[in-house]
Amino acid sequence: MIRISKLPLINLLRRPGRSIALVLLTAFLGFSIFGGSVIVMSLRQGLSSLENRLGADIIVVPSEAQSKSSFKNMLLQGTTGAFYMSSDNLERTLEVEGVESAAAQIFLASLKADCCSIKIQVIGFDPETDFIVQPWIEESCSKDLGPLEVVVGTNVGAQVGETLKIYEERCHVAGRLAATGTGLDSAVYCTIDTMKQLLKAAEAKGITHKVTSDDEDVISAIYVKVREGYDIGKVNSAIQGHTRKASAVRTRSMITDVSGALSGVAQTVTGLIGAVWILAFLILLVAFVMIANERKKEFALLRLLGTSRRMLGALIRREMALCSLTGGALGIAAAAALVFPFSALIETRLKLPYLMPSAPVLALTAAGALLAVLLAGTAASAWAAGRLGRVDPGTVLREGN
Amino acid sequence: MKIEACAIEKWYFRGKGDTNRFFAVKQTDLTLEPGKVTVLTGRSGSGKTTLMHMLSGLLTPDGGKVLADGKDLYAQEDKALSGFRNAHFGMIPQGADVLPVLTVMENILLVQGIYANQSRNPGADRSVGVQDRAQKLLGEMGIADLADVPAGELSGGERRRVCVARALAGTPDVIFADEPTSDLDDENMQIVLQMLKKAADEGAAVLIVTHDQEALDYADVCLKMHAGVPGPAVQTEDREAPSCQEGGAGSDLQIV
Ligand SMILES: Nc1ncnc2c1ncn2[C@@H]1O[C@H](COP(=O)(O)OP(=O)(O)OP(=O)(O)O)[C@@H](O)[C@H]1O
Ligand SMILES: [Mg+2]
Repeated sequence: MIRISKLPLINLLRRPGRSIALVLLTAFLGFSIFGGSVIVMSLRQGLSSLENRLGADIIVVPSEAQSKSSFKNMLLQGTTGAFYMSSDNLERTLEVEGVESAAAQIFLASLKADCCSIKIQVIGFDPETDFIVQPWIEESCSKDLGPLEVVVGTNVGAQVGETLKIYEERCHVAGRLAATGTGLDSAVYCTIDTMKQLLKAAEAKGITHKVTSDDEDVISAIYVKVREGYDIGKVNSAIQGHTRKASAVRTRSMITDVSGALSGVAQTVTGLIGAVWILAFLILLVAFVMIANERKKEFALLRLLGTSRRMLGALIRREMALCSLTGGALGIAAAAALVFPFSALIETRLKLPYLMPSAPVLALTAAGALLAVLLAGTAASAWAAGRLGRVDPGTVLREGN
Repeated sequence: MKIEACAIEKWYFRGKGDTNRFFAVKQTDLTLEPGKVTVLTGRSGSGKTTLMHMLSGLLTPDGGKVLADGKDLYAQEDKALSGFRNAHFGMIPQGADVLPVLTVMENILLVQGIYANQSRNPGADRSVGVQDRAQKLLGEMGIADLADVPAGELSGGERRRVCVARALAGTPDVIFADEPTSDLDDENMQIVLQMLKKAADEGAAVLIVTHDQEALDYADVCLKMHAGVPGPAVQTEDREAPSCQEGGAGSDLQIV
């Protein structure tokens, strides 16, 4: 006994050429929807994580760092950078009216040499005052950092419990941070006290960080939070005037560059997805109308043998659903296989912060993409089969011959 | 099952405007009696297929009614009508249609498979022994060895015989055969006609549309159609040599 409910599957299996063409088409749809969405989402997420990580209104860096934009590269691409200014600037900044809090950080670049395990950016922060790195570190490392203890960014190839050698100092890895999709993922974090020790060790290797010969206390950047009600622009100018050999930069202006480039890329990708989608949908529609025409005789015969209008519609939809689910799943899998492993490459290629959404969000996106493919397939087949339902089987039978 | 057509008609538009109404079938009364073979002949384009489609529930008439054992076929919803046709009617379409992806035997069994999943299966009792009957019918028509061959690979005449087996295997109450013997050699033509006759002898109402004069030998009633009008039904047992009278607008009855 052959049940009519098996007919869609039989049709697909015994007409492999036709089925493969349809599966490829729907796979293309699934690939473009899922792959494109993941890239756009990752870029958005990267930007918002960058904004979060730079939870400061104003950043003060040495003038040389600002002019060489080495600070921005460090943030975005994880290139190493070391630039210093006098720690006086922290006090000077705190004196400016409208500054709610200010925290200093010290940067040091390790070397690719015997003295260091890896070439990496080391960032020292003051656990007492820091509001940039400290909350982030608390998320992943419950206890306070002790002397010669470091926390590593997610891209640093060192596990908790291991030891990193930085200028011959053995630093104990106490924690790993969650990904941000920015250059901060390639850095190592320690307290300012540890950092001072590292600076000394570096000096022993001939790496100087002194601004003037008598200057013992140096810092690399100051993060400033502006008190509510004060104009950030004005406070920024005031800091600029009050500090020495330093540039005060509004965080927003630094991020606007990035978000501008990002929205450009996101728009391009979205437009591309849209174009691919419309194209693939049209091809699918044309393919279905052609196939439905070619199979008119077949459908009329099913009606002749007593298949009701509704049953025939369900058979056609089921066949398309099987096709689009298979194709959609294949396309999504292919997109995942391309986008997931190459996310680092995409990040460096686009030179933009890129942070992949979490697994549940990815799963949801995949399900959404599958649904979209299914809907497209169903819509195309419903359209193609529409007329079959409206006329008498006798009329279809005549047209089919 | 008795099929009665009361003043059914079907028209189409030819050319532009509604004045160009053209009747494929003009007001027609016709009765198919159980146990009898009715043979419908006529020139190509005279409306035979259109009439048969209307009688078998496939084409809604523009006027009149079709009754199956007193029940108005077209008063039913599509779902009920489809189920009814599946359970009671055996169809041999003019185009010798088979599903090319299915094997010959699958094509035949599909008729019973359409409602096999449904709790209310109108033809459940008929699905018993269908396969054996189908195999036997194929054997009688000399194509037993084709049972497992994909139907798409068959010749025209082979397809035609598969359609015959498909229509007869479920022992339907009414059989509608549109040119069941075209593409067939003389021997197979006789075999198919005998099968249809046998189905009538077992109680089915059989309508055969054909151009083959040989069919008249098996007819209990015969009609000849002309320009959308069937001539009067002639009971062939009343006559020595069976022949049919032609209908037609303004034409006098003529003996063929
Ligand atoms: N859907 C339709 N639209 C327009 N004209 C139609 C339609 N269906 C049938 N006709 C016309 O009605 C007439 C009768 O057609 P029908 O198929 O019933 O003839 P037939 O007697 O079966 O012919 P044949 O012996 O060639 O099969 C034909 O002239 C045909 O062109
Ligand atoms: Mg015909």
